[in-house]
Amino acid sequence: MTIWFRPVIQASLQIFNMNNPSQSFVKFEKIDKSYDGEVLVVKNLNLDIAKGEFVTMLGPSGSGKTTTLMMLAGFETPTNGEIFLDTKPISKIPPYEREIGMVFQNYALFPHMTVEENLSFPLEVRKIPKPETKEKVQKALDMVELGNFGTRFPAQLSGGQQQRVALARALVFEPRLVLMDEPLGALDKNLREQMQYEIKHIHDRIGITVVYVTHDQSEALTMSNRIAVFNDGVVQQLSTPDILYEKPENSFVAKFIGENNTLNGVVADVNGDTCTVELDNGFGKVKALKVNVNDKGDKTQLSIRPERVTIDSTNPESNNFEGKIQELIYLGDHIRARLNVCGNDEFIVKVPNEGSFSHKEGDLLNLSWNPDDVRALDI
Amino acid sequence: MPIGDMLFRSVDDSQINGVFPNTFNEYKKWDKEKDELPPEEVYKALFEELAYGEKIQIGRALTRMNYSKSGWKSLIKTTSREIKKAVKKDELPNNYKEFLITANEKWADPTFWYAMGQMVNDATPIYYWNALDRTYDQDQNVVMQDEKRRIYIKTWIKTLKISVYVTIFCLILGFPVAHLLANLPLRYSNLLMIFVLLPFWTSLLVRTTAWIVMLQQNGVINGILVWLGILSDDGRLQLVYNETGTLIAMTQILLPFMILPLYSVMRVIPKSHMRAAQNLGAKPATAFWKVYLPQTIPGMSAGGLLVFVLAIGYFITPELVGGKDGKLIGHWIAYHLKTTLNWGLCAALGAILLGVMLIFYWLYNKIVGIDNIKLG
Repeated sequence: MTIWFRPVIQASLQIFNMNNPSQSFVKFEKIDKSYDGEVLVVKNLNLDIAKGEFVTMLGPSGSGKTTTLMMLAGFETPTNGEIFLDTKPISKIPPYEREIGMVFQNYALFPHMTVEENLSFPLEVRKIPKPETKEKVQKALDMVELGNFGTRFPAQLSGGQQQRVALARALVFEPRLVLMDEPLGALDKNLREQMQYEIKHIHDRIGITVVYVTHDQSEALTMSNRIAVFNDGVVQQLSTPDILYEKPENSFVAKFIGENNTLNGVVADVNGDTCTVELDNGFGKVKALKVNVNDKGDKTQLSIRPERVTIDSTNPESNNFEGKIQELIYLGDHIRARLNVCGNDEFIVKVPNEGSFSHKEGDLLNLSWNPDDVRALDI
Repeated sequence: MPIGDMLFRSVDDSQINGVFPNTFNEYKKWDKEKDELPPEEVYKALFEELAYGEKIQIGRALTRMNYSKSGWKSLIKTTSREIKKAVKKDELPNNYKEFLITANEKWADPTFWYAMGQMVNDATPIYYWNALDRTYDQDQNVVMQDEKRRIYIKTWIKTLKISVYVTIFCLILGFPVAHLLANLPLRYSNLLMIFVLLPFWTSLLVRTTAWIVMLQQNGVINGILVWLGILSDDGRLQLVYNETGTLIAMTQILLPFMILPLYSVMRVIPKSHMRAAQNLGAKPATAFWKVYLPQTIPGMSAGGLLVFVLAIGYFITPELVGGKDGKLIGHWIAYHLKTTLNWGLCAALGAILLGVMLIFYWLYNKIVGIDNIKLG
């Protein structure tokens, strides 16, 4: 392991010190960004990233995630607020002095240079002596397993190989931080999954801080320490993948991450952490966790994950419903059933394939779920 | 085909050979070491061919003969008259040599006979030598023309020089415009594109004449400079009817040919490349020099070659604004084509032009590589 492969342990320890703001390595403070002076693309963004962390900004297109990344890289300036890197404000520092590596969406490899020349470019502009440059380039190429491809031109490489070269180029000059802007978007599915693991492993090995942008939630869940879910220029929730999936704080996150069943209703009663929701159109009452509602009378959207719905068994207290099977899809390990439940035609249930499921389309199923698995969110 | 015809004409000497076949045949037998003048048979053949040949064909041949040495035309004409008289009276001479020398004493001048030596073959390099200001001396050596008759080499150099300058100026002016075209928001770039293409929709003559209006001594540019006090009223610049005028007008007229290929290449260079270069630590200037510029080489080469090739054979603009100094080789080609009807010389000039172009093309291929050319 070379000097620039920073110790992994130290990096991962710092993730746990996140509560202390002085520990944050990258800090977005009250960032607003507007291109035209009217519409805010990014609104009041506050984000802390610890050293060595792999943070993903996840969101649909136009949600402001790429703009945020560009502000960090220095290609856009925040309209309001300040970005700190290693406690120093960087808004006034031009991109070429920020020492931030970046992997671009379409790699942005220079087509007139060989792979080696591409990799030595950042070292040459830093006036690093030739032998040292050569050594570092070779090391970086070995890291992405392209040791023998140095003399090729980018056009002679496959998409996956180009991707690795781009990654190696972003790392070769030992930047303080690496940004990745949907780097796997152009690859096919298998290669994309393979590269996800590869990037993750490289991150684990050298412990560099990574800020990753994607609109692919499975990619985000696979790779990240933490995920910031963007929508409409606002971070909806910033958390670890498991918490995002299991405890979404609002209906956007619940819908955007993973599969999600929704039922709309009005809060009828609040009891500490739980509440009772009267479903619209008189379909009955649901006991749910009170997450993003305040009081009686609030409109709410209930969120239930498909795999948390049980069939053919009843819950002693409440939350027992019937659903009519609309469609059954056999997926090997489980059967995916689309039901009509309480007026929702798109209610999905995943039935584990234990060999005992004998219902047909049109049958009625008894459904139930635990109140802890239902989250009353905003609408 | 037209090129083949041109190349053929530039060396073709068969017309005159068709008029004097026997004369030339006999001429070839003449041993110049031994006899000062050609043998009797040559005189005889010449006499017969002048006497019974077609008048129009002889006339054409005369023009050709005059290119080798001036004086041929009058010599043959006076001789012909004498021959016709003799033939009419049915008095064929016993000694043709004597007869001809009596008709015109120049037939005793060996230099004319030596000059004939240039014509006896079907192919001749004389047009090429002429196109390079060279001619044959009495001993059939290739020598420079008289000082005052040397025009072509000077014009060749001027043509090349102006073409190179025009190409360079087009590159310097066209590069930023193409860059703007490729990078401005669509609304502005469309407008700019119209400005670039507008001259294309205007007649070449109109544009050239417009430059005369702009550049002449009482023209717009001089007027503004005087008005601004930069020039005094009697110090007006001579901007037109010289090389400067040719240079300015040609640069403007050929500019779109540089901008368009450059633009089409620049358009497909992803903007992320400049960003990537800066992200990797290169200052904007370095990023431009090391990353952007090398990627525009295909466009620069395509534009450069296009402008150069067009410039080297340009005719109308230098003809109109060039005055006496600013005329390029195209002028002489047109002159010989239309005025002197010396098509052989025309073809030779054209062939050399073609050759120069091919040399540049070859050089370019050596240095840049022709695969690198890209028009879009």
